[in-house]
Amino acid sequence: MALLQGLGAALPEHRVANIFKPLATPAQSEYHIALLVLAITGAIFVVVAGLIVYTIWRFRRRPGDDAKQEPPQVYGSNQIEVAWTVIPILIVFVLIGVSARVIASVQNASPPPQMLKVTLIGHQWWWEVRYPDYGIVTANEIHVPTASATYLELQSADVIHSFWVPQLAGKTDLIPNRTNYSWIDPREPGVYFGNCAEYCGTQHANMLLRVVAQAPEDFKRWAAEQQKPAAENAAFQSLSCVSCHTIKGTPAKGKFGPDLTHLMSRRTLAAGAIANTAENLRQWVKDPQAAKPGSLMPSLQLTDQELGQVVNYLESLQ
Amino acid sequence: MASIDYPLERPRPKEGEFSFSETLYRWVATVDHKRLGLMYIVTALLFLVIAGLMASVMRLQLAFPNNHVVGPETFNRLFTMHGTTMVFLVGMPFVAGLSNYLVPLMIGARDMAFPRLNAFGYWIFLFGGLLLYFSYIGGGGLSGHGSAPDVGWFAYAPLTSKAFSRGASTDFWILGILVAGIGSVASALNVIVTTICMRCPGMTLTRMPMFVWVMLIDSWLIIIALPPLTAAQVMLLIDRFLGGNFFNTQAGGSAVLWQHFFWIFGHPEVYILIFPAFAILSEVIPIFSRKPLFGRAAMVGAVVAIGFISLGVWAHHMFAVGMTSWSNTFFAASSMLVGIPTGIKIFNWTATMYGGKLRLDTPMLFCCAFLLQFLVAGLTGIMLAVSPFDWQLHDSYFVVGHFHFTLIGGLVFGLFAGMYYWFPKATGKLLCEKLGRWNFWLFVIGFETTFIPMHFLGILGMPRRIYTYAPDRGWDFWNLVSSLGVIAQAAAIALFIWNVIDSIRSGEKAGDDPWDGWTLEWATSSPPPEYNFEKLPVVRSSRPLWDLKHPHDPDWKFEQ
Ligand SMILES: [Cu+2]
Ligand SMILES: [Cu+2]
Repeated sequence: MALLQGLGAALPEHRVANIFKPLATPAQSEYHIALLVLAITGAIFVVVAGLIVYTIWRFRRRPGDDAKQEPPQVYGSNQIEVAWTVIPILIVFVLIGVSARVIASVQNASPPPQMLKVTLIGHQWWWEVRYPDYGIVTANEIHVPTASATYLELQSADVIHSFWVPQLAGKTDLIPNRTNYSWIDPREPGVYFGNCAEYCGTQHANMLLRVVAQAPEDFKRWAAEQQKPAAENAAFQSLSCVSCHTIKGTPAKGKFGPDLTHLMSRRTLAAGAIANTAENLRQWVKDPQAAKPGSLMPSLQLTDQELGQVVNYLESLQ
Repeated sequence: MASIDYPLERPRPKEGEFSFSETLYRWVATVDHKRLGLMYIVTALLFLVIAGLMASVMRLQLAFPNNHVVGPETFNRLFTMHGTTMVFLVGMPFVAGLSNYLVPLMIGARDMAFPRLNAFGYWIFLFGGLLLYFSYIGGGGLSGHGSAPDVGWFAYAPLTSKAFSRGASTDFWILGILVAGIGSVASALNVIVTTICMRCPGMTLTRMPMFVWVMLIDSWLIIIALPPLTAAQVMLLIDRFLGGNFFNTQAGGSAVLWQHFFWIFGHPEVYILIFPAFAILSEVIPIFSRKPLFGRAAMVGAVVAIGFISLGVWAHHMFAVGMTSWSNTFFAASSMLVGIPTGIKIFNWTATMYGGKLRLDTPMLFCCAFLLQFLVAGLTGIMLAVSPFDWQLHDSYFVVGHFHFTLIGGLVFGLFAGMYYWFPKATGKLLCEKLGRWNFWLFVIGFETTFIPMHFLGILGMPRRIYTYAPDRGWDFWNLVSSLGVIAQAAAIALFIWNVIDSIRSGEKAGDDPWDGWTLEWATSSPPPEYNFEKLPVVRSSRPLWDLKHPHDPDWKFEQ
């Protein structure tokens, strides 16, 4: 149980990712400017829509009106037109000034010195998560400590993806041949949900991301677990799984699919498409195309015996 | 009075009895701007129905979480074809169709400047559209992968490279759009030359109807904005067929380059699509308010300003690609500037109505709804222009809600206003007003029910272009509501089609001038003869028919 808590199993889950309930600094500053913009645009809407509706109501033709009688012909008025040009100009300049400030404050914020560094690499259709300072490679879940910021280097292995965990930070794209940056600092321990936000092909919908924020000591414990290598398994190594997947400490060194060294410590399979349960794992290995059609993981047509061996081994990868 | 010289007596040529093949030949071989205009509009309506059906299937799929109406491949093809169709095969031919039909009539000309180029434009556009749809059959290519394109309507690199898009589906997307684009440029050129060279005696540029002004600016924008897209598409073809690497990131190409090219086209394109609605409103609102357009000069200036600014805002679609804070600030600022001329337009339309006598017939109802919906679209547009807010809203359902408010709540509502307004001119029959009101209210209710919830979904973190979602993300309710709205919208469109068919068959006769209009198209018969005007009209103000109808109070007395 202590181990489970260390992995964050009991953490509150923020599945409904409302951008108006921010839980980290970048999302917070975006929320604040959003409120200001909503207030201004809301006021404009009330005034202008009110004017339009009033005009329609007040000047609608009523039964009994003389159809032949034309209203006074007014061609325009320079004073009025200048007035309703100047007011929008003033509003727009306020908005520009405020935006410029927030853009600078979010984008040019220099990261605090002892930040955790994470490299997030987008793949069709899963996330590779690397911790260069810890030598950890995992997938689809970013574990971070609370009470300090995590600095994200964003890259892509194939097409464009986009990092978006609404309650923590707005979007930044993961673009091939380019490194982008983002940062998050969730204040409360919890699991924060996000999706890939740039259309990236067939299974864009099932490219889900979780940020697991833990108390610093829990994070340390998680990291220590993740650093351990796994045991070898002859049956698994004889199959072609190893050409795509890496399992640290074994000859499995494939790079195309997610690292499986601590597969059982993750909450989901197939980048969030299904929960990580024994039954789902079995079905997933047997026929990936059923749970996630179009997934780049092929069905290996394993015999029942091979399937049992593979699943048993994977279940040992705590 | 004596100086106003209108052909009041007009001969009405008898349409002889033609056999089916003769009729077909007369349509296929025509170079008459009115027939070509109608062909554009009918084709656009057909594509609108197809794209609408595609949208309905998508809404059915998304009505419930983990739904299995269609799979991911089919869904991705549906939204790609829906978006591409709506922009290139519905919006663009409506631009061409409306300006073709109306510009010569409104400026008192007998035809467009280049009638055969006009016909060529239509047929090449149709060919492009069919080429795109042929992908459902031929998209598999030699390798047998794929069917219709599934790269999204903005086809971001490197998803379009050979490595990620096998088969020929992306090639059909490139070539179909490229070929249809030739038609758009041809027709835009034609409009420009026609308005500059073929105005009737007395029609100076300042007296030109607002509709023609807006279409003229729209045509300039087409000619400026389309070439970057065509260039990018040719580069993509070079990548795909000749081993080029412009956008091929695996060989060092740039994915961001495509986005710059695409949106340098893509943002002005949004205005290219909405301008016809501006043009329609600027004619319909004055007629149904019984007042001239308020601040004509400012209205022309506003359209010019919008067109000009729209060329410098493209990267507001790219706030998430990791530009410097300076670029983000620049594009946030330039995008917000568009709000100023757009505000002027909305204020001036409202001022046109203020103090008038509003005849709330179907065309005017659509204009009123346009004003309110376009206002919302403009305000959500300001939210998207504030780049820190956009980092949250970008590529979410909020954006889907926003641009459907512009393109359906704005453009399509405007087009309906226009179709109800000019239908009597084109066919000689009135559309049924009662069905028109049903059409309007069903469309409004369906539209709001479908597209307002999309804004909420975006705020709840739902990304666009996902074919399915889990039940526990808080998205089920609003998705279901959104899908239910489709029923009312589909009913509205069906009513419209029925109204058109029924009115053509047995509608009330319209007469030449059913709305008591002020522009020259109402001075000829309905439908107009092939030569439009027996004798070219001579005008002295921007409302020639007002002058004619009010000889003691003509506009030319007040206009310089
Ligand atoms: Cu992705
Ligand atoms: Cu734009």
